[in-house]
Amino acid sequence: MPAIDLDHLVQPDRVHRSVYTDQAIFDMEMEHIFETAWVYCGHESQVKEPGQFQTLQIGRQPMVMVRAKDGQINVLYNRCPHRGVQLCGSHSGNTGGSFVCPYHAWSFHLDGKVKAIPLIQGYDGTRLSTDDPDCNMARAARVDNYRGFVFASLSAEGPSLVEFLGDAKVAFDDMCDRSPVGEVEVVPVCHRVVQQSNWKFFMENQLDALHPSVTHQSTGVSARRVENQIKKTQGSAPLHYHYLSTFASSFDQWDSVQTVNFPHGHGILKAYMGLRPTDPDTQEYEALMRQAYGTEKTEEFLSRSIHHVLIYPYLSVQSPLQQIRCLRPLGPDKTLSEIWHFRLKGAPEAIYRRAMWYYNLVNSPATMINADDLENWTRAQWGLQSKGNDWVSFHRNMGGDTEKDGVLYSNNGTSEVVMRNQFKAWRSYMLKAPTAQPA
Amino acid sequence: MAQTEVKQALGSGVIIEAVQSLTGAESIAPDHMGRSRESAVGYIPQDITIEPALLRQLEVLLAQQAAMLDARRWSQWMEMFTEDGVYWMPAAPEQTDWESQPSIFAEDKLLMQVRANRLLHPNAWSQAAQWATHHLLGTTLVEQVQSGSVSTYTAFQMMEVRRDKVRHFGGSYRHHWVQQDGQWKIRLQRVDMFNAQASYDYVIQAWI
Repeated sequence: MPAIDLDHLVQPDRVHRSVYTDQAIFDMEMEHIFETAWVYCGHESQVKEPGQFQTLQIGRQPMVMVRAKDGQINVLYNRCPHRGVQLCGSHSGNTGGSFVCPYHAWSFHLDGKVKAIPLIQGYDGTRLSTDDPDCNMARAARVDNYRGFVFASLSAEGPSLVEFLGDAKVAFDDMCDRSPVGEVEVVPVCHRVVQQSNWKFFMENQLDALHPSVTHQSTGVSARRVENQIKKTQGSAPLHYHYLSTFASSFDQWDSVQTVNFPHGHGILKAYMGLRPTDPDTQEYEALMRQAYGTEKTEEFLSRSIHHVLIYPYLSVQSPLQQIRCLRPLGPDKTLSEIWHFRLKGAPEAIYRRAMWYYNLVNSPATMINADDLENWTRAQWGLQSKGNDWVSFHRNMGGDTEKDGVLYSNNGTSEVVMRNQFKAWRSYMLKAPTAQPA
Repeated sequence: MAQTEVKQALGSGVIIEAVQSLTGAESIAPDHMGRSRESAVGYIPQDITIEPALLRQLEVLLAQQAAMLDARRWSQWMEMFTEDGVYWMPAAPEQTDWESQPSIFAEDKLLMQVRANRLLHPNAWSQAAQWATHHLLGTTLVEQVQSGSVSTYTAFQMMEVRRDKVRHFGGSYRHHWVQQDGQWKIRLQRVDMFNAQASYDYVIQAWI
């Protein structure tokens, strides 16, 4: 593989178009970013019973997350050590007491250790023995859990999960703290949407405050019209119209929404929807919260200014509405997102339903919002094939952000500090690749 | 000579008796706990015989409704619903309530209005691409009749072209019709897609 000159491709204020389109760069990203970083596998409530599993992709690696008999959650490579057949053939299910290969019935305990091989005497005198770890399903190098959210890293070395998440761990605190018992539970529906574009467009877009009033104008304006019509006749409109109508705010309004940008490429778009109405349902919920945590803690938990938190390079956590979107890159120009909703344990049904409207209107496969985002990214993917200009510009408000203890705060919500910070992390992962030319 | 040996090898063999014992997989892991199959999925419609003229009337309305989507007559399409009408596409066939479980579509008339206005907005950017659909309906079965209301079941297929790619959706419609001012209107249209939980290449922009 020819050397890839990272200093040329990724500059502080612009990046070369090939980082979105080139297969060799994509392969490096999979190996040196996705297959080393802590990657989200799923929530522990997806695998409550022993034998329950969920399959997933870490970089290019097919994996399975499974609950063992001792209660532990294991993350294993979904591959039979014999001839390579995947042991789990569905997204989720219960494999019973063991994994059994459908090809030659090699079987495995739920921690991946080989259980039995048929006609084992056939291996006498060969170098294969069941004591050999190569006879087991391989395990992810590291597995850890933060407040019920399970992550795995395929690299034995590197920061711990909590070090990796850093301050962005507030994503999961903010979600769980909103439950009077401090826990969430998965809603067993996963929407899966494929974008015909590079994964980085999604990550950049999440904290790009300049695009909503342009890209989502049609939906924002249409929702506002109906919202006003309802307000006129009924005094107030359901909150879900507001979810959509705020997209149509002015440039100045969006410029006032701050982003907070952390090491490792993580970041936060601060809140802008004002999600604390004073209706009876909310009052009932807040009373439960105060009972559980006292007034001061409740205020802290319910007034965090977060729209969503990005865990770079693949996760968007919309903690105030308990939703996540997790990226599984499939190629330089193809990315799968898995979209989940969680229920706040111990919170009234009305609070769940209110958040569900966001899941239905914004995050479902019939989304009126992402329809225009995905269109933009497809056109960007095609546009970047053009030799008309080699560069993607991230100059906006460069030098105008405030740095404190390694965290970058935008002074303008629309600052492209978001992308600059993400590429800083990208570059530091990629520099570890042997074919990358260091600075 | 190898030929002779091959001939000898092929000259004898075994016959595996079908009644022997455990299968290979069973002998290794008889424990199938937790791995039983669901015996049945989906929904088998009822069929009640009704007056042919009424059935014909509903069939025509269904065909027109599908044609309106293909012809993008969004307002006309919405007018087929009652004021409290709902268009609902559940995320899974076992769902029973459009307000308490996640859906692909869960729209009352006001939300339909938002979607229609978006589609017609000059800056609905994703509408720039060539885009068209074609619906095909199966036989309509009548599931329930009460005074002033009828429930029907109709299988459908829908093809969509966007830019140069074709997608395929299919499933069943369950319409709940009510008679208002001499007209049959839709109070609830439930749409169960056979591929609702498959991954979506791009999203769905209009009702199916």
